[in-house]
Amino acid sequence: MSILITKDTRVMTQGITGKTGQFHTKTGKEYANGRNCYVAGVTPKKGGQSYEGIPIFNSVREAKDATGANVSVIYVPPPYAAAAIEEAVDAQLDLVICITEGIPVRDMVRLKYKMEKQRSRTLLIGPNCPGVITPDEIKIGIMPGHIHKKGPIGVVSRSGTLTYEAVGQLMEIGLGQSSCVGIGGDPVNGLKHIDVMKMFNDDPQTEAVIMVGEIGGSNEEECARWVKANMKKPVVGFIAGVTAPPGKRMGHAGAIISGGKGTAEEKLAVMEECGIRTTKNPAEMGKLLKSVLK
Amino acid sequence: MKIHEYQAKELLRKYGVITPRGIPCFNVDEAVSAAAKLGGSVWVVKAQIHAGGRGKGGGVKVAKSPAEVRAHASAILGMQLKTHQTGPEGQKVRRLLIEEGADIKKELYVGLVIDRGSQRAVLMASSEGGMDIEEVAAHTPEKIHKVVIDPMLGLSDADADDIARKIGVPDAAVPQARAMLQGLYEAFDENDASLAEINPLILTGDGKVVALDAKIDFDGNALFRHPDIVALRDLDEEDPAEVEASKHDLNYIQLDGNIGCLVNGAGLAMASMDIIKLYGGNPANFLDVGGSATAEKVTEAFKIMLRNPQLKAILVNIFGGIMKCDVIAQGVVAAAREVSLGVPLVVRLEGTNVDLGKKILAESGLPIISANNMADAAQKVVAAAKGKN
Repeated sequence: MSILITKDTRVMTQGITGKTGQFHTKTGKEYANGRNCYVAGVTPKKGGQSYEGIPIFNSVREAKDATGANVSVIYVPPPYAAAAIEEAVDAQLDLVICITEGIPVRDMVRLKYKMEKQRSRTLLIGPNCPGVITPDEIKIGIMPGHIHKKGPIGVVSRSGTLTYEAVGQLMEIGLGQSSCVGIGGDPVNGLKHIDVMKMFNDDPQTEAVIMVGEIGGSNEEECARWVKANMKKPVVGFIAGVTAPPGKRMGHAGAIISGGKGTAEEKLAVMEECGIRTTKNPAEMGKLLKSVLK
Repeated sequence: MKIHEYQAKELLRKYGVITPRGIPCFNVDEAVSAAAKLGGSVWVVKAQIHAGGRGKGGGVKVAKSPAEVRAHASAILGMQLKTHQTGPEGQKVRRLLIEEGADIKKELYVGLVIDRGSQRAVLMASSEGGMDIEEVAAHTPEKIHKVVIDPMLGLSDADADDIARKIGVPDAAVPQARAMLQGLYEAFDENDASLAEINPLILTGDGKVVALDAKIDFDGNALFRHPDIVALRDLDEEDPAEVEASKHDLNYIQLDGNIGCLVNGAGLAMASMDIIKLYGGNPANFLDVGGSATAEKVTEAFKIMLRNPQLKAILVNIFGGIMKCDVIAQGVVAAAREVSLGVPLVVRLEGTNVDLGKKILAESGLPIISANNMADAAQKVVAAAKGKN
């Protein structure tokens, strides 16, 4: 098992005619069961064309009806990306993974509002995230597939390359992953740490979880409190940004300490209180996880 | 993106927010004639820099004669204004705002931010204006009132009135406060602001609600649809290295240490700073080269780091995903040659095409210190910065 996506997931790429969309659709198709997973692309006015044998449709609805794709991945440029997510939500897909970085927050506020009002059943991951991989089955996003292998560890992270770092450390000690989920670094986004943690808790393949966070906001704390009350599996954590000065935005729009809130120390303290073992050394995430495995 | 107080007030006035009358000035003579033009007998001379806490730092002075306006303007213009937000070196004052004096009866606070919890804009207001709102939040959180704003409906009359009353606006002034709060939200929303703050919002002796100060920050990701806001950018207020970096689409933030960091990805870049500190070093910067760095971009990144006279060593930490390690290695080699690197360079590569990348570094003939993982890299660069290699 795994969470969110499996070898049976059927994916469409929104923005498949752009350079980024094409590159990652190709690498996704070449990874594990990707050939069967990537079944459609969407670009308005380009319907009827194809890319790498993948048919292109004018709309998400058409792509879904024609191919049965229930998941989309979005590489649409920032000014149009929120509208692309909205289209996928309106077509009632199961899952939308938005890779696009740089979407205006106001667009995301309106989108999330709409999803809430409609009680949308579509799950959103991202934006500004590396995507999701279930090793040796399917890769949706921009992560390097070859550094992963199937195994018992769940990884959830706000950062892209820091997720790869965690995976790399797991692999060094021979631990594969059930699924790795990059939830993204934007302040207004889809699934949070807590949502992914619940899924890992329910997933029989996952035996332990690495949670990687960043300064800013309080999502890690909320997740930690849930872990304390409900989690049946060990969780370890790292928070990036112990050295980040307040008031400076560290790359991600969400990575900022403001009003004295959202510091790494604060997050680490809450996580420890909630029974999550943490490290201040990003080179020791793998080692720490191994120490809590039964 | 930040703008000056006078620019924020100009914007807010378009949305019906009442502010004192004022004139921005760039030299002392302009300040004196601005006071004459405004009339009256009391003026406020306000330093215009992007940091807060200007009053405490001596950047805001009341003048009771044209001679005092001249004296204060002369003292403030050109000063290095130090506040809790500028850092110890302060920020040079290049612009002034001359305003008519205000009859302050009570100081309040209102602010708008995007709240991550509710995923919407939230209006915050307090009867405790004029002071550091973070202090109020820390010591007397019950004095801060919040309204989550419906993005489709905006700030309702009922919510605006309710919050105005809660912060002590007298009944007679509530309709005016409502218009002010709704105008503030419209300005925030229509211009893709990430923060809008009026501190203090004052009640005047004659019962008016007036924005005595104004601060607005904008969402950098939305500037493409606001050329009028982009035109307000003041590069003098930004760190020159950060401005240069942004031209090359690099995400750079100057810090006060001596170890330069070049990393791909924001999270890994922060983690690299953290691990340097953990091993006893001090990062000189945050630098995220992004997911699609070219050799040219890496060269620019090196040039920007090397502008820092404090720099004692550089750490390159790359976990290649989309970005291929061989491309980064070529960029590092080209950059090291072009800039004639005078400080030790530690490189850690991992991920896509890592072997090819390491080979390029090894065959370059450059004195590059290669590291096998993040801990190794951090230890080596800290030692190098201390001259122990």
